[in-house]
Amino acid sequence: MNKRTQIIEIIQRLAGEPINPPPDESLFESGLLDSFALADMVTALEAEFSIRVPDSDFKPRKFDSIASIEAYVQSRS
Amino acid sequence: MAYLRALGCYLPSRVVDNAELAPMVGADPAWLSHVTGIEQRRFAAPEETVAMLGIRAARDCLESGGVSAREVGLIIAASGSGELRFPGPATSIGSGLGIPGVPAIDLPMASAGSLFGLALATRLARDFRNVLVVGTEIMSRVVKLDRANRDTAILFGDGAGACLVSAEGGFAEVADSLLFSDGDFAEALKLHLDSPLYMDGRTIILHASRKLPRAIAEILERNHLKAGQVGVFLLHQANLNLITRVAQALGAPEARFFQNLGRYGNTSSASLLIAAAEWWRQAGQRLEAPIVLAAFGAGLNWGAVLAAPAGDAAQPAGRTS
Repeated sequence: MNKRTQIIEIIQRLAGEPINPPPDESLFESGLLDSFALADMVTALEAEFSIRVPDSDFKPRKFDSIASIEAYVQSRS
Repeated sequence: MAYLRALGCYLPSRVVDNAELAPMVGADPAWLSHVTGIEQRRFAAPEETVAMLGIRAARDCLESGGVSAREVGLIIAASGSGELRFPGPATSIGSGLGIPGVPAIDLPMASAGSLFGLALATRLARDFRNVLVVGTEIMSRVVKLDRANRDTAILFGDGAGACLVSAEGGFAEVADSLLFSDGDFAEALKLHLDSPLYMDGRTIILHASRKLPRAIAEILERNHLKAGQVGVFLLHQANLNLITRVAQALGAPEARFFQNLGRYGNTSSASLLIAAAEWWRQAGQRLEAPIVLAAFGAGLNWGAVLAAPAGDAAQPAGRTS
């Protein structure tokens, strides 16, 4: 399973429905996820990809879209 | 050694429910309740000042503890919504209590200000004996109640809380405190002099969701305590979802997290002490288990204070309620 598929699965789990937004669409501005889902997403990414997200990276833009999440996970892997 | 000796609070009499607030921000009252968990908040009267609210909370605290204002050796007042760049409300609170000459320190810190005040008071109590910590806010004047600022404006309310930290005894002994600051995210929550309060909610929630439970877990761990051993968690009342997540992260029952957000909204630095005062009145004089106070807010500033039941020898005479 590639990273993007794993990320989409996390997003679907957090959204509670089988959404599949365009890679560059904001997950939050579009209303697909709320602010608290962002915190849950960071936790889920850490578990799924065995990475640690440092406090200095707690910036919503890093996790705003599938593409930005994928780039971030790639940078930490 | 320092103790929590007494607590008090003051809430302005004007109740603003969602039915009244909703038209101001172009929203539906049911939506306000759903997204915030807040049913009503208090707004200060036009003639009330931040210091006046603080004075009332301080008097309530001192009366509850059966302590004369003349016994206060130091005042620490936290507020992020003071009317003036300087002076802050601390000296006016001292004046209002009739104790001019007693040193008074302002902490211009929203949200976590009273927690920092408690931690500082614990260390200063040895020299000043009775340190009065006050958190006082009129948030309704620093938000803009319109559609454009809706998401922030609907969260806040006015009020004040106070705690007397004493070297002479009290109902709980302060066992430890843990404070943190991170200015890298100072822009995420700020109040300029000439514009309404700004909050980047996503950034604040992301940080708070991670930092607050981590601070609580750390203070418990270094005191060899489990979350399940804590009798009550008294948190800055910022958001019900945040409190739920902190409880989940710690593996502690949510019922042990005192909540009054639905009645008062987020009263910033006042909220921790208002919550503590209400809990103290409900819980009675004797403490059966450790308590944790914790807050997170603008700065960023966050941390936790741990207090344990005080022994019989530490119970001061004179509490009247």
